[in-house]
Amino acid sequence: MNISTTGLPGSADVKPSIVVEGVTVRYGNGVTAVNDASFALGAGTICALVGINGSGKSTLFKTLMGFLKPARGSVSIAGLPVRQALKRGLVAYVPQAEEVDWSFPVLVEDVVMMGRYGHMGFLRIAGQADREAVEQALTRVNMLEFRKRQIGELSGGQRKRVFLARALAQGGQVILLDEPFTGVDVKTEDAIVALMRELRAEGRLMLVSTHNLGSIPDFCDQVVIINRTVLAAGPTQTTFTHDNLQRAFGGALRHFRLGGADLHDDDDQRHVTVITDDERPLVLYGKRESETLAPGKTNGAKTDGEKDPAP
Amino acid sequence: MNLIETWLIAPLAHEFMQRGLVVAVLVGVVCAVLSCFLILKGWSLMGDAVSHAVLPGIVLAQVAGLPLAAGAFVAGLGCALSIGYLKENSRVKEDTVMGIVFSGMFALGLVMFVKVDSDQHLLHVLFGNMLGVRWEDIAETAAIAVPTIAVMLAKRRDFLLLAFDPAHARAIGLPVRLLNFGLLMLLALTIVAALKAVGIILVVAMLIAPGAIGFLTTRRFDAMLAVAVTAATVSSVIGTILSYHLDGATGPCIVVVQAVFFLIALGLNLRRSARRAALA
Amino acid sequence: MIELLLEPFGYQYMVKAIWVSALVGGVCAFLSCFLMLKGWSLMGDALAHAIVPGVALAYLLKVPYAAGAFFSGLLAALAMALVRVRTQLREDAVIGIVFTTFFAAGLLIVSINPTSVNVQSIVLGNILGISDEDVIQVAIIAAVSLVVLVARWRDLMLVFFDENQARAVGLSPMRLKILFFVLLSACTVAALQTVGAVLVIAMVITPGATAYLLSDRFGRLIWIAVGLGVVTSAAGAYASYFLDGSTGGLIVVFQTILFLLAFVFAPKHGRLAAARAARAVSESAP
Repeated sequence: MNISTTGLPGSADVKPSIVVEGVTVRYGNGVTAVNDASFALGAGTICALVGINGSGKSTLFKTLMGFLKPARGSVSIAGLPVRQALKRGLVAYVPQAEEVDWSFPVLVEDVVMMGRYGHMGFLRIAGQADREAVEQALTRVNMLEFRKRQIGELSGGQRKRVFLARALAQGGQVILLDEPFTGVDVKTEDAIVALMRELRAEGRLMLVSTHNLGSIPDFCDQVVIINRTVLAAGPTQTTFTHDNLQRAFGGALRHFRLGGADLHDDDDQRHVTVITDDERPLVLYGKRESETLAPGKTNGAKTDGEKDPAP
Repeated sequence: MNLIETWLIAPLAHEFMQRGLVVAVLVGVVCAVLSCFLILKGWSLMGDAVSHAVLPGIVLAQVAGLPLAAGAFVAGLGCALSIGYLKENSRVKEDTVMGIVFSGMFALGLVMFVKVDSDQHLLHVLFGNMLGVRWEDIAETAAIAVPTIAVMLAKRRDFLLLAFDPAHARAIGLPVRLLNFGLLMLLALTIVAALKAVGIILVVAMLIAPGAIGFLTTRRFDAMLAVAVTAATVSSVIGTILSYHLDGATGPCIVVVQAVFFLIALGLNLRRSARRAALA
Repeated sequence: MIELLLEPFGYQYMVKAIWVSALVGGVCAFLSCFLMLKGWSLMGDALAHAIVPGVALAYLLKVPYAAGAFFSGLLAALAMALVRVRTQLREDAVIGIVFTTFFAAGLLIVSINPTSVNVQSIVLGNILGISDEDVIQVAIIAAVSLVVLVARWRDLMLVFFDENQARAVGLSPMRLKILFFVLLSACTVAALQTVGAVLVIAMVITPGATAYLLSDRFGRLIWIAVGLGVVTSAAGAYASYFLDGSTGGLIVVFQTILFLLAFVFAPKHGRLAAARAARAVSESAP
C-alpha cells in the first residue's frame, strides 16, 4: 500500500488510495447496514463493488463520502481522514441517473464547472484556470460541442459523460461511480470504459458499483464483493470467482449452465456457465465443474435461482 | 399618456402609496430571489410551513416585550428543525410531518393570540397592512431584506449546487449541513421581512410564483434569477396601484398580478416545447 | 364546579358547535388515514385554500356556499393537473402556485366586498356563529361522505396500497381516486366552517398520522383516527366556550398534542420504544 501522507493541498500530486478497516455502519434505528468491512485499494486501480441490492453498497459509498460515520473502524482516503480528503477535493462522485433532476436550469458547462467549486474562492467566481479545466474535461469526454445545452436536452450516454467530465474538472483522484452503465448503450459503455482505462493509466483510483457482472473482468483489476460485510476483496482473477459470487448473491443470481452436449456434438466436455444479475451476464467457459452435471443431458439445467433456463 | 398619468402617477401623490410601493418592491424582490432556490430545492412547501409557524413566536415576543421579528425568526427556525427531527425519528412521511407541525404551531399561536392582550391586530399579522406601513417599518424591513438578498446573491452558486447535487457538494468539501441551515435562516429572515407588508399567510405566494416564472422561461440559473426579480418588481408596482383603484387588499392584488405573469410564462413555455416537439 | 363545566351545554349554539365539530372531525379523520399514507397531505391544504374564492363569491351571490366551494375546488384541481402535465415544474411548486393564487383571489374578492362575508370567519372558521342553513349543509356533506367511506374504504385501501392488484380484481383505480378527491373536497368544505381555511390541513392529516404511530392494521387505524378526530373536535369546541373563541385553534392544538404524545409514548413506534430497541441491539451486538 502506497500512502502519501505528505501530499500538498491540491490533488494532482497525491497518491490515491482507499483503506477501509473494520468498518461497521449502523443507522439510527439500530439496523447494522455494514459490519466489520475491510479492504484496501491503491493508485492506478479500477475496482468493482459487487453485491445484491441492500447488501450495503450504497452505505459504503455514503461512508466513503462522509455522509455516514462508521460506528466502529476507520476509513482513510489517500492517507487522510474522509473529511480532509473531501476538503482537498480528492473525491469525485458520479451519481446515478435517477438521482439527478434533469429539468434543473443549468447548462452542461455549468455542471462541469461545479467540479471546480472546491478550487474557487468564497464567491465561486470562475477564473481562467477553471474555464480551461472545464474545456479540457469536456473535450476529453467528447462533449465540448454540447456545452451550451441544458442538461435535460442530452441523451442518456451524453448525460453520463457530463458527470464524468465534472469529476475530471474537479481533478478527483478517487472517483466513485454509482451504476455508471445503467441506461447507457453499449457504444457509450465502451467509451466510458476506455476513458476509465486512461484514468487508471494516470494513476487514479476508481470504485465502480455495478450490477453489470459481465463487463467486470474486461476492465476492473480489483473486485470487492459485499453482502453486509466484505466477503472477498482482491485482484479480479482470483476474487471474481464462481464461489465468491455464489456467496454474495445466493438465490438472487440467475445461474444457468449448459452441458457440453447442448453446445456441440464432439467430445469436448466443458460447460458454459452463465451468471447474471439481470444485466450483462457473466459467461464462464470450461470451468471444472462437470461432475455435477452428467454429460449427455439434453437440457441446460439450472442449479440456482427460481427461473428456468432460457431455451 | 394621459391614461398613464391618471392611472399610474396620480395615486403616488399620496404618501401612504409611496410607502406602500417601496415596501412592496422590497418584499417582492427578497421573496423572488429566495423563491428561485426554494423551487429548485423542492422547498416550496417549506416556505408555506415556516411562514405559518411564526405566529406563536410573534405572540410570545409581544408578551415578552421583544422585537416581533426576533420571536418570528426563532419560531420559524424551530418549525423547520422540528420537522426535520420528527421526520428522522418517526415513520410518518415528510409532507405529513410538515403539515402537522405548522398547523399545530399556527393553532397554538391563534389560541395564545386570543388570550394575550395585544395592540397588534390579528388580521394585520395574518395579511399585513401594506398601505399602513410607517417609514420606521420600511427601515426595519430593509434592514432585514437587503443583507438577506446580498447573502443569497453572493452565495448563489453554493446554494445552486446544494439544490442540484448535494452528494457532489459534499464530495468537494462544501459544508452541506451549514448551507442547508443557512438557507433555512434566510427563509425565516425573508418571512420576517415580509411580515409587516404582506403578513404570514400570503408571503408563501410570493415565495413560489416568481421562481416558477423564472424556471419556465429560462434555461440558466442567473437568467432565472433576473426574470424572477423583474417579474416580482413589476407585479409589486402594478398590484399596489391596482389595489388603490379597486379599493381592495394590496397583498392579494400583487399575488394575483404575479399569477397573470405566471400564465404568460406558462404560455411561452408551452409554445417553446411545442416548437421543439415539431422540430423533433 | 360541575355547574361551571356543564354550563356550555346550556347554550344551544354551544351544543350545535360541539356536535357539528365532532361530526366533521370524525369524517376528516377517516379521510386522513388515506391522505397521510399516500403522501398527499398537502393536497388537503391546497384544496382548503383553493375553495376560498368560491366561498366568497357564493356568499356574495347568495347561493349555497358549498356549491361555490366545490366549483372553485374543481377549477383549482384542473389547473394543477394541467400545469403538472405540461411543464417540468415540481409537483409541490405547482400545487403551491395554484392554491396561493386562488387563495389570494378569494381574499381580494372579500376585501372588495367586505360586507357579504367576514375574512376572519373564512380563514379561521366560525363554528360558534354558524347559521342554521350552513349547519344543514355541513351535516349533509359529512353524513353522506361518512356513508360512502364506510361502504368503500376497503376498495380505497386496496387502490392506495396496490393499484395493480386493485385493477386485477376488477376495481377502477381512476374512478376510486376521483371518488376520494370528491370526498376530500366535500370534507374540506365542511371543515372550513369549523376550523377555517388555514387549519383544515390538520383535520385531514393529524388524526391519521397519530393513529399510524399506534397501529399497524388499517382497520384499527381508521377506528383510532376517527375516535381521535371526534374527541378532539368536540373537546375543542367545548373548551372554546371558556377561552372565548378560536375553536379551530383549540381543536388543532389538541390534535397536535395527541400526536406528540403518540410520537413519544407509542408502544411500538414511539421514541421511547425505539430507544429501548436501539439499546437492545447495541447490547446484543458483539
